[in-house]
Amino acid sequence: MSGGAKIAVRVAAVTPVNELVSRFRFVRRDGGAMPAFSGGAHTVVEMDDAGTRRMNPYSLMSDPADTSGYEISVRRDDAGRGGSLFMHRQVKPGIEMVISNPVNLFALDLRAKKHLMIAGGIGITPFIAQMAQLSAMGGRFELHYACRSAALASYACDLSARHGGRVHLYVDDQGQAMDLPGLLAGQPLGTHLYICGPKPMIDWARGTAAHAGWPKAAVHHEEFLAPPVGAAFKVQLAASGKTVTVGTHQSLLEAIEAAGVDAPYLCRGGACGQCETGVVSCDGQLLHNDHWLSDAEKAAGGKIIPCVSRFAGARLVLDR
Amino acid sequence: MKTAFEPSIRSRPVYGELEPRKGSAHLVLADGEGAGAVIDLLARAGSAAACALAHMHIIYMPGPDGVDHFAELQALGAAQCHRAPSFAAALPRLRRVLQDAHMGMQIYLAGTEGLMGQGQSEVMAAGLPHDAVQMEHRGPTLRRVQCVHCKGITENVATDPFECTHCGLNLFVRDHYSRRIAAFQGVNIDAEEPGNVPPPVVRFR
Repeated sequence: MSGGAKIAVRVAAVTPVNELVSRFRFVRRDGGAMPAFSGGAHTVVEMDDAGTRRMNPYSLMSDPADTSGYEISVRRDDAGRGGSLFMHRQVKPGIEMVISNPVNLFALDLRAKKHLMIAGGIGITPFIAQMAQLSAMGGRFELHYACRSAALASYACDLSARHGGRVHLYVDDQGQAMDLPGLLAGQPLGTHLYICGPKPMIDWARGTAAHAGWPKAAVHHEEFLAPPVGAAFKVQLAASGKTVTVGTHQSLLEAIEAAGVDAPYLCRGGACGQCETGVVSCDGQLLHNDHWLSDAEKAAGGKIIPCVSRFAGARLVLDR
Repeated sequence: MKTAFEPSIRSRPVYGELEPRKGSAHLVLADGEGAGAVIDLLARAGSAAACALAHMHIIYMPGPDGVDHFAELQALGAAQCHRAPSFAAALPRLRRVLQDAHMGMQIYLAGTEGLMGQGQSEVMAAGLPHDAVQMEHRGPTLRRVQCVHCKGITENVATDPFECTHCGLNLFVRDHYSRRIAAFQGVNIDAEEPGNVPPPVVRFR
C-alpha cells in the first residue's frame, strides 16, 4: 500500500483557535502510543468527503515527546478544494479517521549552532513542534512570526508564555514588519534558517538570505501546495492499461487512485518527489506545479509529479 | 592553474575554482601555491575586489614544499593578512575568527588538500554546511592519511604503500576520505601475509 504505514485514530478533541483555525487531536483507536516523530514532520489525513477521498498533509504541532496523541491545526480555506472545509465542518470529537505515519521533509539540522525560524500565518505549526523539541534539548532558537492581525496570530500568546523573548511577533495591520536583512546580518556563524508560510513569503526570505550570502544548505523551507484546479483532461496509464479522466477539482494522483491503481505518494503537496511518474508520450503541454523536479527536468518533459501537476492537450500516456 | 585530478570514487573530494561571491565578510585560508588562487579570485572580482578586500581576512602559511608567496598576498591590501608558520599555529586564530563571525561571511580555501580539509572541518564544526566553503586545489598532491588501525594521522604522504609514522604498519592509501577528520584512509596492506609488501610507488607529489 502506497503512502507508508497508516494509523487508525479517533478524534479526541476539536478546539477552535480563532475564526479561521481549529486544532484537532488524534489518539490511537487501540489505545497505544503514537510513533515518535521529529519537529517539522507532517501526517497525511485521509477524509471520506461524501464519496470523494481527500488526503491532505498537515504539520504535526504537538510536542514530539508526547506519544499519547498528535495535534494538527487546520486553517479554513473557503476557496480551496474542500479538505479544510471538511475538517472544519464534518470532523467532530469521537469520529474515527485514518492518518499516515509521520514523514519529515522539514527537519531541523541539529548540527546548527542556532535555529532561526521565520513563520507566516498557519506556517507556525511545524515550528511549535520544533521549538518544543529544541527546548527539551537546550537548543538555541529564535522565532519571528508574521501574521495579518492579532486576532489571527494563532498560538502567539502560548508561544510567548512558553519561550519568552525568543518569540517575536509582527502584526501586519498594526504596521509591524520584519527587518529581515537586519535580522539575517546579525546571526552568528552556524545559524540555520527555516521558513514556513505562504509562497511569496518563502520566496522573499530565501531571496533575502541568498542576497546576504547565506549558503543554500543552511536555508530550509516548507511549502505544501494544494493541488490547483484546472480544466479536466484524459490520461492513459500504460502499465495498468487504464484510461482515466481527471476532473476539474481532482488531482492527477487522485484520479489515478480513484481508478484503483496503487500509485506511490508521501507528501501530496509537490515537495517530496515520491509520486514522480515517467511520461511515456505527450501530445500537449505538461503543467508542472511541483517544486521537486528541476527546471531542466520540467523542460525535458520526461517526468511529472501527479499530486499537483496537470496536463493540457490531445494525449498523455504515463508509465503507471 | 587549479590541479586536475583523475576521476575517482564518490568519497574522494573534488575541488573547484574560487569565484567571487557577495558577502558581509570574506575569510581566506591558503597555503603555498594556494596564494595564486586567491590572486586570481580577486582578479575575477573586477570592480568588486576593493569592497571584498576591505572586509577580507587572509590567513596564509607556506606549503609543505616550502613555497611561500606571503609577500604577494600582503600586497593585495586585505583588511587583515596574517602569516602563520603552520596550520597548527594558525588554528587558534581561525577558530577565533569563526567564533566571532556572522552569517553572510564567505569562506575560501586554497592550496593543499590537507590544509583545505582541515579548514573545512573547522568550518563544519562551527555549524556551517560542508558545501558552504569554496575550495581550489593548488600545489602538491601530498596526502593527509589516517591509519585505520591506530588512528594516527600522517601528514604529507607521498608513496603508496607507506609506513604509518605512529604504529609502523604498512598502509595502502585509499581514495576513501573523511570530511570530519580531513584525511584519506590508510589500510594495512600485509595483514594476511606479514612482510609481503609491494614496493612503494610515489603517487602523490
